[in-house]
Amino acid sequence: MLTMRTKIIATASIGGHWKQLLRITRPMEERYEIVYASTHAGCATMVGKNRFYLMPDFNRNNAWRIVDSFLRAMRMMCKERPAAVITTGAAPGLVCLMVAWLMRCKTIWIDSIANAERLSASGRMARRFASRVYTQWPDLAQGGVCYAGTVMGREQKN
Amino acid sequence: MIFATTGTQLPFDRMIRILDEVAPLLDEEIVAQVHRGAYRPQHIKTVDFLPPDEFEQLFGRARLIVAHAGMGTILSALQAGKPIIIFPRVAALGEHRNEHQRATAAKMREQRLAYVAHDTEELRRLLLVKELQPLCGIGGTADEELILSITNYIEHDE
Repeated sequence: MLTMRTKIIATASIGGHWKQLLRITRPMEERYEIVYASTHAGCATMVGKNRFYLMPDFNRNNAWRIVDSFLRAMRMMCKERPAAVITTGAAPGLVCLMVAWLMRCKTIWIDSIANAERLSASGRMARRFASRVYTQWPDLAQGGVCYAGTVMGREQKN
Repeated sequence: MIFATTGTQLPFDRMIRILDEVAPLLDEEIVAQVHRGAYRPQHIKTVDFLPPDEFEQLFGRARLIVAHAGMGTILSALQAGKPIIIFPRVAALGEHRNEHQRATAAKMREQRLAYVAHDTEELRRLLLVKELQPLCGIGGTADEELILSITNYIEHDE
């Protein structure tokens, strides 16, 4: 008998955020049905047959686009109804987490490994409503922020 | 071929200018992905934004990677087993919003994952090393511990 796999939305902006996300979620694809969302159509080529949504990109210089981002995240979430949303940032991922939080999903923020001295600005905001926040630096794991390793994987030293 | 990239969010003329100055001393082609820079290099080939698949292709051809301290490029280089020289952006020079790239670079050097250069002299010295070897390689996925922690949280709330 076929059982329904748990559905997860995995989302991140193109670039380092997206690469870090895939290192975490691609190994989970056997276990979960993963739906991806990113800020560039080209990212779709990196997730095989998984469903992919295009999200508008924005940052603090064009913050008005957050409205569009919010509406699109809303539409995606209503259609997919996932059990959890995972993001490695940045701002567009935060918007998806907000919508997921409104819909009472599990919300998982993984702060980029680039933030070695302090949680990113988005990560600090995510702490207010993400149900789980990870840092990739042990020193930053405090006040409810978890550390459980990094996206690097086991290093193969030469 | 040496592939240089400044990421796709902010210009980084200082790095491109140095590469352009060093290029005539090298017996090797430099291709640089440049984003909205004002500086027009004379000795290196530049390309604009590349979709992920074309980026990977160019990346695959390169002997050596030179990049700002963006995690996407760093992860790609480590995964491909290519040596990478990180040239971090400096916020005090208006090259980024904060100094996290310098922190990232310092951590990468500390963990012996990448070479780091901060000025013309340091970058030139590294570029002139024949057959610069990669310091480290990584696999294609995140730490198992991180993936386990996330799946435990999704399935058991732990």
